[in-house]
Amino acid sequence: MFESLSDRLAAIFTRLRSRGKLSEADVSEVLREVRIALLEADVNLALVKDFIARIRERAVGAEVLESMTPAQAVIAIVRDGLIELLGSQEAPVRFAPSGVSAVMLAGLQGSGKTTQAAKLAALWQGQGRRPLLVACDVHRPAAVEQLIALGAQIEVPVYSEPGNGDAPAIARRALEQARRTGNSVAIFDTAGRLQIDEPMMAELERVKTAVEPIETLLVVDAMTGQEAVKVATTFDQRIGVTGMILTKLDGDARGGAALSIRAVTGKPVKFIGVGEKIGALEPFYPDRLVSRVLGMGDVLTLIEKSQRVFDERQAKKLATKIRDARFTLSDFLEQMRQIKRMGSVQDLLKMIPGMGKLAERPEVDERELARVEAIILSMTPQERDDPRILNASRRRRIAAGSGRTVQDINRLVKQFEASQKMMRSLSKQRGAPRIPLH
Amino acid sequence: MQWLTGLRDALAKTRNGLAGHWNALLGRQLVDDDFWDELEETLISADFGVSTTHKIVEQLKLAAQQRNLRAADDVVRVFRSDVADYLAHPNIAPVEPKAKPHVVLVVGVNGSGKTTTIGKLAAQARRDGRSVLLVAGDTFRAAAGEQLAEWAKRSGAEFVRHNPGADPAAVVFDGLAAAKARGTDLVLIDTAGRLQTKHNLMEELKKIRRVIARELEGAPHETLLVLDATTGQNALSQAKLFHEAADVTGIVLTKLDGTAKGGIIVAIMDQADLPVKYVGFGERVDQLKPFDPASYVDALF
Repeated sequence: MFESLSDRLAAIFTRLRSRGKLSEADVSEVLREVRIALLEADVNLALVKDFIARIRERAVGAEVLESMTPAQAVIAIVRDGLIELLGSQEAPVRFAPSGVSAVMLAGLQGSGKTTQAAKLAALWQGQGRRPLLVACDVHRPAAVEQLIALGAQIEVPVYSEPGNGDAPAIARRALEQARRTGNSVAIFDTAGRLQIDEPMMAELERVKTAVEPIETLLVVDAMTGQEAVKVATTFDQRIGVTGMILTKLDGDARGGAALSIRAVTGKPVKFIGVGEKIGALEPFYPDRLVSRVLGMGDVLTLIEKSQRVFDERQAKKLATKIRDARFTLSDFLEQMRQIKRMGSVQDLLKMIPGMGKLAERPEVDERELARVEAIILSMTPQERDDPRILNASRRRRIAAGSGRTVQDINRLVKQFEASQKMMRSLSKQRGAPRIPLH
Repeated sequence: MQWLTGLRDALAKTRNGLAGHWNALLGRQLVDDDFWDELEETLISADFGVSTTHKIVEQLKLAAQQRNLRAADDVVRVFRSDVADYLAHPNIAPVEPKAKPHVVLVVGVNGSGKTTTIGKLAAQARRDGRSVLLVAGDTFRAAAGEQLAEWAKRSGAEFVRHNPGADPAAVVFDGLAAAKARGTDLVLIDTAGRLQTKHNLMEELKKIRRVIARELEGAPHETLLVLDATTGQNALSQAKLFHEAADVTGIVLTKLDGTAKGGIIVAIMDQADLPVKYVGFGERVDQLKPFDPASYVDALF
């Protein structure tokens, strides 16, 4: 559905290349694509308009028009501008020098407050702090039970007063208990509410007054559309937000809402939520969100993930093997397992520019990896090192052993030979294959 | 980079959003370029999306030319009735419950309002004197079962659940068996929230569907995708991928009591051909109603 902006721009520039310099009309055409990309990513319309006007001033200048690679030059200007909007400085959570640091979460219904509260507690507990979770959502059925269950899962105490509907009073008593029991952080989960719901916003103000949080984090769904700015500014005006947590970024939402909120309120994104599991909370890097908004993939995250998983020594060994064309099915199996450790294949594909579409295709299937693994594991070490010895009878044995058909075995061997050939030619050209970087 | 300074101030003045756009549009007398620009911005601000907006504006321009419409009011009138007609999908009405039990499967991304929607549907059916069974198919999220149990208690519905972490298809199997044995009128099946790009979770949804179809011919009679009205362009991806996996029969547009108007449903109708069947607009059980395009368009603009 979303072609990447870089692909679309590249198409325009290919068409324009024969004409030499770019005219102002050409720049307009390019900026039209940028505008569409930003709007499709849910960046606020007013922000897009203003931003494009500023980009135009820059782009009509000499830098782009005389550049050898105008597509890259325009993208660079757009990227830098967006990164500046998001704030290039990291925005760590502040903690009180002594006593209890109160952290309050607020946001619309269903944005993910309760889940993020538990994730924050687990994160900070891992850093040696002593968190207390506080259940101030007295409105949604079973919200308190949800926090209690999550707290039990991560072994973090939860303060709650079942049956009590007075959120500010609960918050006040929770803070007192945190002081008594020596908790260094108290995380207040509040009920989801619409920014125009007057009684509910007033309740939130009272909770805030009761606990005087050092951080008031707005939890924002990455899928939010054009209303994001209005929601965030209202919350900010009422309770003084200090930052936001952007959730559900593990899907295909482009997350332009975060960009708009940051630009308009000036409040930084402090964390991103990337899944339902307790560990799925990550620090925020502006450049990565910008790449995502522009549909340019998240190559940096991919590289970091692979660095975390791949043993460097192993990688070097592999590179040598590829170069010398000694890459065997055993290496193939090892490599595949490492890829699996990095996460789902779909998630990985989505991070690579231009591969996002592939991730939606049904044939890229986790189970396919398991099947290949079963086939290789049914081979003898000798066969894995040299698939050329695989005669018909060996293939039948492997098929029976792995529960696949002989055709499946043939296909795998063919694929492996093809990739071996490709690696050989790649290594002749320019050493080991590289991941393209933007 | 100095060139971006002042952007924030500029934005502060222009963030009055949809209402501001629409007032500016109605304030215009004549249909000129500014009118069309203003219309385009209004639609984009309502999350119609770029391509659907362009399509609507182009069609209106053509209509204005053909019918020789010069007054802004006239074009706006055409626009309203066109959008209302457009949203009046032939399958807009909730499926008439003929079978017993009538099975409704409810799906959607995390936090869209599935459980609340089920609670409201259950309460309304109980008021009409029908027997209702709720099936807690969300065995993943902490206390999801408790949340549904609370709704069952409030509405006087029966309730089937398993332990946390159980196979949701197994819960569904038990729920349907219970409903058949008890002669229940309506079965509402809750499912765990899932992002539409999670392959394994979408496969799980297919399995749930297969189990339902196997246990009861013709079921599920209705599969509702619950969509948060504040959602932007990602809703298109939600509609397409959930439809692929679960054969969605209609959309429930929730949280319409905010300032977001859910204009994305027009894009969904345009690009995925899925009707909106219900709208949710508050916490009370009667604040879920069958979708009426005309009053929606009135409320939208």
